[in-house]
Amino acid sequence: MKRIITATVENSSGVLNRLTGLFARRTFNIESITVGTTPDETISKMTFVVQVESAEEAEQLIKQLNKQIDVIKVNDITDLPIVKRELALIKVKVSKSTRPEVQSIIEPFRTNILDVSKNSITIEVTGNTSKVDALIDLLTPYGIIEVSRTGITAFPRGTK
Amino acid sequence: MEETSQQFTRPIKTGADLIVKSLVDNDVEVLFSYPGGAVLPIFDSMYELDPPFSNILCRHEQGLAHAAEGYARVTGKPGVVLATSGPGATNTLTGIADAMLDSLPMIVLTGQVGTGVIGTDAFQEADVIGLTTPISKYNYQIKAVEDIPRIINEAFHIATTGRPGPVVIDVPKNISEAAVREEYSGDFYLPGYQPTVEPNISQIKRVVEAIAEAEKPVVLVGGGVNLADASKEFLEFVERYQIPVVNSLQGTGAFPGSHELALGMAGMHGTYAANMAINDSDLLINIGARFDDRLTGNLAFFAPNAKVAHIDVDPAEIGKNVKTDIPVVGDAKAALQALLEEETVEVTFAAWTQECLANKKRHPLWFKHQDERISPQWLIQEISERTDNQAIVVTDVGKHQMWAAQFYTQDKSNKFVSSGGLGTMGFGLPAAVGAQIGRPDDTVVLISGDGSIQMTIQELAAVRQYQLPVKIFILNNQTLGMVHQWQELIYSDRYAQSVLDGDLNPDFVKLAEAYGVKGIKVESEDQVPAMLDEVFGNRDAYVVEIMIPATEKVFPMVPAGKANTEMLGVDPL
Ligand SMILES: Cc1ncc(C[n+]2csc(CCOP(=O)(O)OP(=O)(O)O)c2C)c(N)n1
Repeated sequence: MKRIITATVENSSGVLNRLTGLFARRTFNIESITVGTTPDETISKMTFVVQVESAEEAEQLIKQLNKQIDVIKVNDITDLPIVKRELALIKVKVSKSTRPEVQSIIEPFRTNILDVSKNSITIEVTGNTSKVDALIDLLTPYGIIEVSRTGITAFPRGTK
Repeated sequence: MEETSQQFTRPIKTGADLIVKSLVDNDVEVLFSYPGGAVLPIFDSMYELDPPFSNILCRHEQGLAHAAEGYARVTGKPGVVLATSGPGATNTLTGIADAMLDSLPMIVLTGQVGTGVIGTDAFQEADVIGLTTPISKYNYQIKAVEDIPRIINEAFHIATTGRPGPVVIDVPKNISEAAVREEYSGDFYLPGYQPTVEPNISQIKRVVEAIAEAEKPVVLVGGGVNLADASKEFLEFVERYQIPVVNSLQGTGAFPGSHELALGMAGMHGTYAANMAINDSDLLINIGARFDDRLTGNLAFFAPNAKVAHIDVDPAEIGKNVKTDIPVVGDAKAALQALLEEETVEVTFAAWTQECLANKKRHPLWFKHQDERISPQWLIQEISERTDNQAIVVTDVGKHQMWAAQFYTQDKSNKFVSSGGLGTMGFGLPAAVGAQIGRPDDTVVLISGDGSIQMTIQELAAVRQYQLPVKIFILNNQTLGMVHQWQELIYSDRYAQSVLDGDLNPDFVKLAEAYGVKGIKVESEDQVPAMLDEVFGNRDAYVVEIMIPATEKVFPMVPAGKANTEMLGVDPL
């Protein structure tokens, strides 16, 4: 099962390495990691998406993360009401004839076009993973030159 | 810096001075060190400042690290190591990993090349942070001289609190050479590190309720009780409820081995009584053991009928291997005190205890005398008697280690020093050096094998140099015995690389003498009493080479992957 886990950590060098090393050593399968600083620049926030076999394994992972000296707080937010987003940059082949088609496909995805050249356009899309997947599927027939995805970043929704 | 001028004859001038001062501030009494270019500023500073700790030289950095472990095990204080960069640092890795798995407090300072050349494959550069991240509790690379007091204070705090462990501090040479211009704060900043020491009382109450409901309870005592110095509280708890006790390897001595309720060690080479007690129990109270696979055997068959209570200072250990019904996070001493403060429930486990004790009587550990040859088990029993079950017993790794655990009746806490988690051959001699330095008045007995001793035998030089009266027994079966036993029982007698007979072994007596240590060789049982009289009759170090039959095995034995009830060799073969 897939778990979304966030960790608030000290923003010191080597922390990411320490945590990914922990995952690898204990054979947890990471799907994605996003990291960024918080308004307090001594603290970073990480979002992990991991595949685990069972609830016990997820619990063990959280305990292991919590045990790390640089880790201030860990939350499994999978089952909470959350906002989660992923960003992808997609460079797709276009020719004179396919350009309007591609544009009509991407329109409902509320994308931004970041770069246009004679033979390609580069699109920015944000959304949940299935939305990004769907767009990539639709564009594949035209020839995708390059994709770069950030992985999910997430946190709980505001409470009423 | 007034404080400094009182402590030292000259003011603090460099990063190296600050390191030395911080060690003194953290009450370091012994430093295990080996010099090299990257740490010369620190050595030079010690030369100049003359700090009040003693400096112990081993002959290999692996020796430093194991000596620090031996020291930590018997004193409860962190063992402190100083090694140079690159090869010096990599030589400490085995000891760091060993301390990590057996939860021993240790501080390892390694030299590093200057910050300007880190990452360039400079002379004697190794990525100490990368190398030690997976095998240490925490590590630091010092980036600025003003961080030294804080980092060293934090390191001692981390190494000694919660679940103890090794902390590595990598010190680039230019940082130890850097000028100190003002006083720097040594205040901690560890927002993410708050180990739970005091247990949750409602969980403690649940343990007591479980005792009230149980018919067949067993207590498993682990190294955590030794580390928390909680053997007094443990004894009181066991005697209050009269519950039989089994121990893990690291729990040896935490409960007196000669106590009526002691069933002995559980697991792969555990006693029949201990393994059956766990198997038949309806309540298993684990205090400070981590349910290692050498203890549990096949998990699917471990304690099948028991409700499990697990007390551990490391929350990540609870439920890691064995499903736990009553988790208690806390220090073993604090948890035992809390258990003792609860009102005593009226229980009697007489019938169950009788059953356990009958097993202990019916299927004791056994051995046979082979002609006039020396039975290693018998020899260890004799040593146990000679030393009143009170010596510090250090072991290496192999059959001799298991015989020591089985046949030395250890009655005292923190006096059994053995590499359990990593199973490190070569641990013994340097750990004995560290233990004797930590406890100069105790009798330190090392039980080693002809294979293990050769991994760190150069530390005989430290034994002589510091006049340490360590009694070293090499059980020479002319094989890598434990491997040989597996090859015999599991790999149809194919003894690949495990036979050390003929001239494959050195003359250990001559080797001892070459290091200036007395050597004795004994080959038959009738020579043993006089040898023991001599060895334990004075305060000299001895290397005693004891020729034992290669065929002598460690029994009982649970074959890997089997349930602990499927022991081989429970009764004399
Ligand atoms: C550093 C290291 N290398 C290899 C092993 C694997 N190993 C475990 S026991 C053993 C044999 C030990 O032989 P010896 O020290 O003579 O003791 P004995 O079993 O004969 O008592 C070996 C090779 C180990 N535990 N540690």
